[in-house]
Amino acid sequence: MLEFLANNASIINFVLINVALGLSIYLTLATGLLSLANAGFMAIGAYTAAILASQLGVSLAVSFVVALVVAGLVAFPFGLAVLRLRDVYLAIATLGFVQIVNVLALNGDKVLRAVTGNQTLTVFNGAEGITLPYVAPGIVFGLPETTWPLLLYVVALAAILAVLRRSHEGRVLAAVRLDESAAGTLGIDVVRYKLLAFVLGAMMAAGVGALSTPIIRVIDPRNYVFSRAVDILAYAVLGGVAHWSGPIVGATVLTLLPEALRFLQERRDVVNGLIIMISIIFLPRGLVDPRFWGGRVRPWLGRRQLEPENKVTA
Amino acid sequence: MSAAPSTDAAGRAATTRAPMLVVDRLTRRFGGLAALEDVSFDVPTGSICGLIGPNGAGKTTLINVVSGLVPPTDGRIVVGGRDVTGRPSHVVAAAGVGRTFQNIRLFNDLSVLENVMVGWHLRRRATPIESLLGLPRARREEQQAREVALGLIRRLGLERLAGTEAGALSYGDQRRVEIARALALRPKLLLLDEPAAGLNAAETASLGDLLRSLRTDGVTLLVIEHDMELIMRICDTVVVLSFGRKIAEGEPAAIQRDPRVVEAYLGEEEEAPTPDARPHPPSPSPACGRGGEETAQ
Repeated sequence: MLEFLANNASIINFVLINVALGLSIYLTLATGLLSLANAGFMAIGAYTAAILASQLGVSLAVSFVVALVVAGLVAFPFGLAVLRLRDVYLAIATLGFVQIVNVLALNGDKVLRAVTGNQTLTVFNGAEGITLPYVAPGIVFGLPETTWPLLLYVVALAAILAVLRRSHEGRVLAAVRLDESAAGTLGIDVVRYKLLAFVLGAMMAAGVGALSTPIIRVIDPRNYVFSRAVDILAYAVLGGVAHWSGPIVGATVLTLLPEALRFLQERRDVVNGLIIMISIIFLPRGLVDPRFWGGRVRPWLGRRQLEPENKVTA
Repeated sequence: MSAAPSTDAAGRAATTRAPMLVVDRLTRRFGGLAALEDVSFDVPTGSICGLIGPNGAGKTTLINVVSGLVPPTDGRIVVGGRDVTGRPSHVVAAAGVGRTFQNIRLFNDLSVLENVMVGWHLRRRATPIESLLGLPRARREEQQAREVALGLIRRLGLERLAGTEAGALSYGDQRRVEIARALALRPKLLLLDEPAAGLNAAETASLGDLLRSLRTDGVTLLVIEHDMELIMRICDTVVVLSFGRKIAEGEPAAIQRDPRVVEAYLGEEEEAPTPDARPHPPSPSPACGRGGEETAQ
């Protein structure tokens, strides 16, 4: 078991990173916001942590917290500006944000040099990105020590979403998603709750970005562009957003599937794509659809909820 | 639902106080079309006011404007002495205005209980952080919300359906859930858009009892309804709209005889049947069954 973990550490790391990203977009989707900005916030988190580590030698724990704060401070005004948009319009605006972050990362040094007057200053390092020195991670309980913070982070995000789902705020966010106008007439300040979901989602994505830096080591700006934004959305769409475990399943499947299909060699992309298409066609609400599985699993569990008998008596 | 005759008298006595709702020269235009034109009326505190008129008269627009979903083009809305003209709907709700929708708008994926608990939102003081950490105030308020919601669910006779997804309910039950949800915010003024549509005669009668018992509790009601029998039975005053204008206002019995009202409903005719004799063609919308009206006649 321990050997298996150590041998597959990099796959485990990527599953965890993608699961956390999937959870970060779940919150906005559960509020009815089609935001693709999380790739940009992941970049903000990764760059913040990498710059703090490379320039100032700050520890991961501190740079993680700073990354969350920076992401929150960026997400708040940006959210205020774009959250009046809906659906694809919001998607386009948030993609624009991803692009802006990318351009800033590529040209950050030019800006810094102009401001400081120091022409040799190299912080962002343009298209090459930031490369952190390699430190062989120690093994703790069978996993690299850099994996543990990520694992704890994923558990913490899942716990937050699980509590949120059962809380008043979770119901309010669902209400905003299901019928914004009706929610407003119940006294819910819709913009405020959208902003809450957006800022929390952004911070979650920035947290993954920060915690991923010691693992990926090379903070390459090309990792945080359009394709990443689409990948994150795919985790949530494949897994479904009816429940917070949807993006976990979706991200795990989408990360492991290409690995599992390695034996197909050059044909694996085709099979990979087919599997995703088929699952979307037959489970449009996602792999984790309580309505679909509930009807199949419940008879075996012998445990049922209130509804069916009530439907009969009603 | 206690609608004893004595409470009725108390309800009518209360109507002499300052108005709960003042609609002052209200105008709303959509492009060149005036959905509401210079409409003014008061709804006295503690009364039930009926809002009637042919289809397309502007009744729903009026409720949308009052509840803040649609800003007025001109005019003023005062609720309980507070000017809420043009304020967003959540601010109007905080001023004590609850409402239901003609085309029911429940949160379909949530259970009946959850729907009603969302309605309790304005009473909540705990912050999202307190909720996430499960601090005492958040837990206490969660419990309170549950009790209030269950109380309302019971009052509306929905207790067996508390755990059911709202989207799976019958039309009449959905209407009642919507009323329970609106009541959860403890409104001073409740706007009901065709609450009896789709209800059978017995359900309509018990709805009438409920609305009167709400008035006894101090809720002021503005009710859009096509079921004239219900309007005549429960309303203290009736306002009649036609083509966006107010054409009559007064006690139900007087309204029923008002020649302008009869004309608005039926066009000019020698005969003057009462407005409840099929006042308008059946609604084209299949979602809004008029079962209640048919059985009531």
